Amino acid sequence: MSTLPLLIEIGTEEIPDWMIVSAVTQFREAVEKALAENALGGKVRMADATPRRIALIIDDVLERQPDREDLVMGPPKAAAFKDGKPTGAAMGFARKNDVDVNALHIESTAKGEYVAVRKSVAGKPASEILGALIPEAILKIYFPKTMYWTGKNGPRFIRPIRWIVAVQGRAVIPFELAGVASGSTTFGHRRMSSGELAVTADNYVETLAGAGVIVNSAARRQRMVDGIAALTAPAGLQAKVDEALLDTLVYITEYPTPILGGFDPEYLTLPAEVLITVMRHHQKYFSVNDAQGKLAPNFIAVMNISGDPDGIVRHGNERVLKARFNDARFFWDFDQRRKLADRVADLANVTFQEKLGSYLDKTTRMMALVKELGGNAAAARAVELSKCDLTTEMVKEFTELQGQVGGLYARAQGEPEAVAQAIYDHYKPVSMEDSIPSTPEGCAAALADKVDTLRGCFGIGLIPTGSKDPFALRRAAQGVVKILTEAQLPLALSSLAGGNAALNEFLLDRVRYYFKDVRGFAYDEVNAVLAAGSDNLPDVDQRVQAIKEVRPSADFEPLAASFKRIKNILKQAEFTATGTVNAALLEQGPEAELHAAFDRLRADVAGKRAAKDYRGALAAIASLRPAVDLFFDKVLVNAPDEAVRRNRLTLLATVLTEFSSIADFSEIVTGS
Amino acid sequence: MDTFQETIFKLKKYWSDRGCIIQEPYDVEVGAGTMCPETFLRVLGPQPYRVAYVQPSRRPADGRYGDNPNRLYKHQQLQVILKPSPSDILDQYLGSLEAIGIDLRKHDLKFEEDNWQSPTLGAWGIGWQVMMDGLEITQFTYFQQCGGVDLDLVPAEITYGLERLVAFLQGQSSVYDIDWTRDTKYAAVRHAEELQHSVYNFEMADIGTLWQLFDLHEKECQRLIDAFKAYEPKTRFPVLPAYDQVLKCSNLFNLLDARGAISVTERVGVIGRVRKLAVGVANLWLALQQPEAAEVAQ
Repeated sequence: MSTLPLLIEIGTEEIPDWMIVSAVTQFREAVEKALAENALGGKVRMADATPRRIALIIDDVLERQPDREDLVMGPPKAAAFKDGKPTGAAMGFARKNDVDVNALHIESTAKGEYVAVRKSVAGKPASEILGALIPEAILKIYFPKTMYWTGKNGPRFIRPIRWIVAVQGRAVIPFELAGVASGSTTFGHRRMSSGELAVTADNYVETLAGAGVIVNSAARRQRMVDGIAALTAPAGLQAKVDEALLDTLVYITEYPTPILGGFDPEYLTLPAEVLITVMRHHQKYFSVNDAQGKLAPNFIAVMNISGDPDGIVRHGNERVLKARFNDARFFWDFDQRRKLADRVADLANVTFQEKLGSYLDKTTRMMALVKELGGNAAAARAVELSKCDLTTEMVKEFTELQGQVGGLYARAQGEPEAVAQAIYDHYKPVSMEDSIPSTPEGCAAALADKVDTLRGCFGIGLIPTGSKDPFALRRAAQGVVKILTEAQLPLALSSLAGGNAALNEFLLDRVRYYFKDVRGFAYDEVNAVLAAGSDNLPDVDQRVQAIKEVRPSADFEPLAASFKRIKNILKQAEFTATGTVNAALLEQGPEAELHAAFDRLRADVAGKRAAKDYRGALAAIASLRPAVDLFFDKVLVNAPDEAVRRNRLTLLATVLTEFSSIADFSEIVTGS
Repeated sequence: MDTFQETIFKLKKYWSDRGCIIQEPYDVEVGAGTMCPETFLRVLGPQPYRVAYVQPSRRPADGRYGDNPNRLYKHQQLQVILKPSPSDILDQYLGSLEAIGIDLRKHDLKFEEDNWQSPTLGAWGIGWQVMMDGLEITQFTYFQQCGGVDLDLVPAEITYGLERLVAFLQGQSSVYDIDWTRDTKYAAVRHAEELQHSVYNFEMADIGTLWQLFDLHEKECQRLIDAFKAYEPKTRFPVLPAYDQVLKCSNLFNLLDARGAISVTERVGVIGRVRKLAVGVANLWLALQQPEAAEVAQ
């Protein structure tokens, strides 16, 4: 059977960069699936995109479906034949399938015997099938926000579709979508090419390359990376590598070309944070460092055109940047007219949350909280000034620099370094990857901020559900967990929750997430420690570490299984220990031996636990395994004599309670 | 090199040649050309329409006393509406840039995602900011909804920020240095206006008076909306005057906001009040476009 390569290109107006990768994958998968379902074969050679086109080249697509034989089931045998003669039902079925009634046969199925017919079905031409499946696959691509453009109730897509290429070999696969007829011609770069270009699967990439379009996204990326290196290396400069920015630029250009621009070194007196934010976030430029790693008065812009021979584009970008920097300097100078310390009262006019009041109210609460958390005077001062930058022009313009601007202003206004740094850092960590504040004062201020937000929001019932988390409470809670653990702050989580049970549970969830997903511990190890009642995170950290180390030992998991058994026995007996074990009632042999072993270990374990030698303590507990095993092997817990039975349960309860105080072993998931 | 007004002449001529009515600026204060009835109301309903006009747009909070080289209390927008949008709309737009002397082969041009929305107008659209050599020179939007109503025909809206665009063309880093005519700078025409309005907006506007005015215009607008049902014949009904009241409210909201008189919490509520009026008027307008739908609009 003959095959030909297939080329599909959806020509659109510029698609938002961040949606493109997912759209390409979805489109590729939808077409592959449809080809397979229709037995048309095909192997993807290329699936790629630029802002203006999503393109797919598939090799070895059959020109026609193979012929096949279908089994068509009819009425039950009992209804189709009476006394060996075909009934009306059989004849109707035969007529419907265009065969003689003699051609029918009987098929046995699980439901009984049925009349059936084998029909040979001629395969359809690929163009007919593709003409239906391609438009369907195009409209199936999910985009976060779509539009219509041909009129109300018209098809929806991310941006208007302006042309569609669909050719197998040289033949157009005909269909129409949103008023656009499929064809065999594409368009090149908006400004480096004009007119239509005839394409096939085999000349598509080269034809577009000649028309100012690099279809291959990896090649566009490489062109940028190489271009940046060629511009910076000879000058002894280094562009700040920024993968996210590269990704963006790959998908807002069809022919990316980096250029090196400069700015007046005088602007370097502005904080690097502000300069970088302007370049990176507002202008999509890469910032550049000099040989010493300090910010250089240069930037890299990436054009969507092949070159800038007269320096017109460079000059234009430099002028824009200068205007932006002038704005920033204007904000800086303007803001210095009033110190942060003089702005505290202004916070009364900045709403934090309707029911939780203004940022002044929040600051007041945070001041009390930072004391409760053991923060020193510098931490308290940092908290007092921490939100004042919300009233500055700089933060109104560059909201992503909140906190950092406050820190920079505090430093410029003569606040002690510890105060300035704590203000600077107090939104940290902004993600699980971000580091915690670098100083104890910063940690205290960051905790006060986050805990206040959490307590406040939970207090008025603003609890995140599903993906709805407008106050970023998950991030706040994760920050709390990360700071407590990594700064080794022995504060009880339950006290931070301020008595709110929902918040306490929410924090514990974040603890589980942190130790499991960020730190890589098994979930049952984390649960075992939390179930033992530890909610001081540096301590939790040490305990899970100890379990992880002891766990591979031969005795550990079997002992955990036994502890689970003990727990179940006690639960079934609805037994609560009230007294101590009466040695006189112990049966000689395994029961007395378990008691003796327990007695021997008890002081050792307690000593090690007190010294926080959790690993040693757990290893000691695990050594109890042979005695426990033997006990369950030989001793009947439910002894006929009530006193003996109660004494036995007391022994088990004592062992369980005493040795579950580091970790609740019954939470450990074991093979048995 | 073209002056400020010559560039405007050329853009108007360009769009006039493409079938646009060239309108004059609307005479009620607006925050953007989109708010003029020529856009806000005309995009509603099934009638095709093409129009272009310069609209001075007031943004009280952006005032900088005439000190900042790039920020203005009032700037001029050239607004183009093509309803429905032709399929070569972006090529037509690029043609307009060439018409004002930009050699597209020598400049960098990018279309960056920027979806426009106006909560006060119950309006939103999908589009881009057009970046020329790193400078945003145009906002391009395909309207989807206006006054809370899905649009029958999707219009393309092209908004050129004229000061910025001309500063770019004339190579000026301050808009005040733009040549408005051969011998008059932008500053000579507009600096005093920027300064005085900044003083008023930030320092002297009386908050109590502004709230009173807001309430009065709101009441007048609502009175008209409420009168529609009983009014006959509908074809005489004053929808456009009702819309002027919406614009008054919107501008007063912006003034109060610049004055710092609206807290973040109140904001949502006040926006909702303006939006309610805008949606109400949009529905009256639609009802008049399709008289048989007049009942439904109520």
